Amino acid sequence: MTSDRPAGAGDRRRLALITVVTVALVTLPLVGSSYLVSVATLALYLAYVGQAWNVMMGFAGQLSLGHSLYVGLGAYVAAGIFVHFGVGPWAGLWLAVAICSAVGAFIGLLAFRLRISGVQLSLLTVAFAELARIGFDHLDWFGGPGGLFLRVGDRNHIDLLGFRGPPAMYYYAMLALAAGALGVCALLLRRRPGYYWRAIREDEVAAQALGIDTFRWKMLAVVLSSAMTAIAGVFFAFYNNSLFPEQIFGFGRSIEIILGPVIGGLGTLFGPIVGAVALVLLGDGTTEILAKAGVDLPGARQVVHGLVLLLVTIYLPNGLWPPLARALGFQPRRL
Amino acid sequence: MAAASTLAMYAFPRRLGAETAKLKVGVLLPRSGLQALIGQSCQRGADVAPELLRQRLGVDIELMNADTESNVDTARSRAERLIEQGAQVLVGAFDSGHTAAIAQVAEQRGVPHIVNIAAAPQITEQGYKFVFRNFPPAPEIGRNGLVLLGDIFREAKVAPKTAVFMHVNDTFGQAMAKGVAALLPKLSLPFKVVDTIPYDPAAKDLTVEVSRAKATNAELLLLVCRLNDAIVLRREMVKQRWSPMGVVSPGSPGLYEEQFSKGLGKYGDNCISNTVWFNPKNQITHDFAAAFKKRFPKDEFAFHGINASYTFDAVLIAADAFKRARSTDPKALAEAIRQTNIPATDRVSFGGPIKFNAKGQVDGNRSVVIQNLRGKPTVVLPAELAEGKLVFPMPKVS
Amino acid sequence: MPALPYVANAVISGTLTGIVYGLMALGLSAIFGVVRQVNFAHGELMTLAMYGAVGAFQGLALDPFLTMIAAAMVFGVFGYVLQRGFLNRFIHRPEHLRMLLMIALAIIIGNGLLLAFGPDARSVQTSYQLDSFELGPLLVDKVRVYAAIAAVVATALLAAFFRLTLTGKAIRACADNPIGARVAGLPVAHLYAVTFGLGAASVAVAGCAMVQLIDVTPGLGPGYTLLAFVIVIVGGLGSMVGALLGGLAIGVSEALAGLLITPSAKSMVSFGLLVVLLLVRPQGLMGPGRR
Repeated sequence: MTSDRPAGAGDRRRLALITVVTVALVTLPLVGSSYLVSVATLALYLAYVGQAWNVMMGFAGQLSLGHSLYVGLGAYVAAGIFVHFGVGPWAGLWLAVAICSAVGAFIGLLAFRLRISGVQLSLLTVAFAELARIGFDHLDWFGGPGGLFLRVGDRNHIDLLGFRGPPAMYYYAMLALAAGALGVCALLLRRRPGYYWRAIREDEVAAQALGIDTFRWKMLAVVLSSAMTAIAGVFFAFYNNSLFPEQIFGFGRSIEIILGPVIGGLGTLFGPIVGAVALVLLGDGTTEILAKAGVDLPGARQVVHGLVLLLVTIYLPNGLWPPLARALGFQPRRL
Repeated sequence: MAAASTLAMYAFPRRLGAETAKLKVGVLLPRSGLQALIGQSCQRGADVAPELLRQRLGVDIELMNADTESNVDTARSRAERLIEQGAQVLVGAFDSGHTAAIAQVAEQRGVPHIVNIAAAPQITEQGYKFVFRNFPPAPEIGRNGLVLLGDIFREAKVAPKTAVFMHVNDTFGQAMAKGVAALLPKLSLPFKVVDTIPYDPAAKDLTVEVSRAKATNAELLLLVCRLNDAIVLRREMVKQRWSPMGVVSPGSPGLYEEQFSKGLGKYGDNCISNTVWFNPKNQITHDFAAAFKKRFPKDEFAFHGINASYTFDAVLIAADAFKRARSTDPKALAEAIRQTNIPATDRVSFGGPIKFNAKGQVDGNRSVVIQNLRGKPTVVLPAELAEGKLVFPMPKVS
Repeated sequence: MPALPYVANAVISGTLTGIVYGLMALGLSAIFGVVRQVNFAHGELMTLAMYGAVGAFQGLALDPFLTMIAAAMVFGVFGYVLQRGFLNRFIHRPEHLRMLLMIALAIIIGNGLLLAFGPDARSVQTSYQLDSFELGPLLVDKVRVYAAIAAVVATALLAAFFRLTLTGKAIRACADNPIGARVAGLPVAHLYAVTFGLGAASVAVAGCAMVQLIDVTPGLGPGYTLLAFVIVIVGGLGSMVGALLGGLAIGVSEALAGLLITPSAKSMVSFGLLVVLLLVRPQGLMGPGRR
């Protein structure tokens, strides 16, 4: 999108900004505190799952409120075969992706063949997530509600094959995932899937009239989104080392996934990232400010959080990224 | 005040403040979100600790409180933050999942983590060197509770022949259920379990569960519950006019809690919990209860008994180790904690001496039989601690 | 096979509870049907009403079934003002943003309640709370009977309003064809506000009916929001009769499931029912035909 314009001061500024951000992200664990690394890992995790969700909703316009299903399934599959058969995360990853894609395809098939969309589709996804939550409460093989615990091992020794190591390793893994997801999404959006998805999102009937096989492209969005989310689940399992159905499949988790992209800018490439960073900053920032002000009232932080969400929704309906991008000299486009 | 202390922390970072005058204890509890009730109850025990420990041990403790918001990600990042702000020991965090996450941070950073309450056995099975727990894992609670059941029958000189086992299907409930199922055959208790009914912790209605239990005609209800479901369940029992010989929890919260007695009035009476508790005969418990009363005049100590006393004892363990180590260095503290030997009479919670085994677990925490008598949870067994007389079988409610 | 009275007891209790659930979901359904607003703060509104009922009982010794009438009025006005003064401004925003708005409100209400009242469960105690009617071998819970009666009356009043009054008819016209309604000069902003007010009033009545069945805590909301969603989808989004039927279907099927399978898995049945219904009849039991 820059090829036909002469390079100018704006381009240099953008290049400088991108360089600075990249350097900052890569060097963060070297210079930042352990707390900063853990918060940044969380932000990257949210950015990644937000990106995955954004493929389905932001690009293709299919609303899922049950994405915790894929996080949970991915986590449980990889953790389950690790705990029971000693199969490491790299092999488990493929199984998790395969299973989540299959489940995503199944739900997509049901929904799209029967022309379920909008609120109904979102409730269908919630229902599947809830079914999984209660189901896993009754699967002893996965520990049931008692939890599935993974052996933690020595955290100061880096074991890439077993995905065991210090927090910085998890940070870089998440950074790679988030960057990879950004790359994949950028690529897809500039090619046929991106154009078709947008056409479907804006007006499905018109897209169909133009000869787009809307079913096929919607399926691609769902399968890709669930597969990407599955990887986040595998990460979650090996990062936290304990899984509880209540915690991972909960409705709150699904809401947490959608907040980033919606706050950041739905359907934009950088929206999920900006949104995730903003949410984490807001969360921890509010905690710090309240602590400094001497307010120790449990629940106060969440009230502030809710108020900020409300204000962002009211005053920045397109999310944080479009105005931010303009301020930074980028051309924000809802792709 | 918090603002001042935060400023002080920035002004005198940890490595400069090598003086050993004060121990900074980071307390992580779920004070908002789904577990807010228990988190805030635990917090009360910690809040009372600094002043009382200054008097008793002559050491200075500063609490750094953090709310995990009943969320595992928050638990982890709050733990990191507390350490960054200079916490030398962590205490928390009630929920097993959150505790597991905090334990990883503590282990990674080499800062001792003293678990106040969390019953998942796996927490002390990870080979951690900085994680310590003075709270029995669920199977141990279950075993202690079942053994006490035999004591109840001996004391009452009457025993049920059949029992129905109802349990909430959450982390704690399931661990307890497994323990009970494994132990019952070995303990030669006089009754047979005729049915096991697990129910959803989020269930909004327990009518069918209760009528299913009632239909078994069992003489004893063995119940592993939480608070809200316990209230709904007990109400439903009254409505369906089911009066078994006893309602006994082999070691869960719920029945001895404030809202259970307040909300149910006389129907809350005579329910029994065989549970971890505080030791009412210890001097330190009296001092603690008095300090608690002074700080929280509106709260009844007994209702916060377990949460507050185990949390207080976790801070006590930290203070005791600090006193012996004469250092705030986390490694020295961890070593001192490992050497802990607090006599049974110098702790608030009920059990033997506080000594950590190789895994960092305290063995020998004991349970007592608590019965709600006239709206107040009262120790009825073992005899040496009893504050009231056991009522069993419980009178039929009309 | 369980004995017959035992099954009958379960069905009766499931029916009564289901009717109250139906009333709770009805508000959600009406608000969605007319305003096209997915009310993510529905459970929180009910929790708020339950705190109101506890307060009225403790402060004024008012029975929750009496508080109900006042609560309906207060929440009706509150809902009207909320929609008229605030939510109406966002009518033309995309669906996901309007959802987010309600999610933010839900977070604020839920945690505001925690700040205001602390985490303790609160309840009311009435003299008849634990009584049951005895019908031969059957024991029927008094509170559930009264609650179901209140729910039926409230639903009938709402139905009468929508069928018989001019405003009610205008609201229905508005639901069928919002653009047409605007063209015809109907005061759409006012009608939306009335609908939200009625939705809030019905959830307030449901809250007062529920407060004797379950103790109120600040975190009660999301579970009930989810339950209400399931019910309205089963019953048919936007259909009032459907909401009641959906409530009944969920209440009875969960009760029977509690008898036949592991009770801890009984809510799987409602979500399973939801999935099956969405697939077989996406418009729900009583929803309008596919457009």
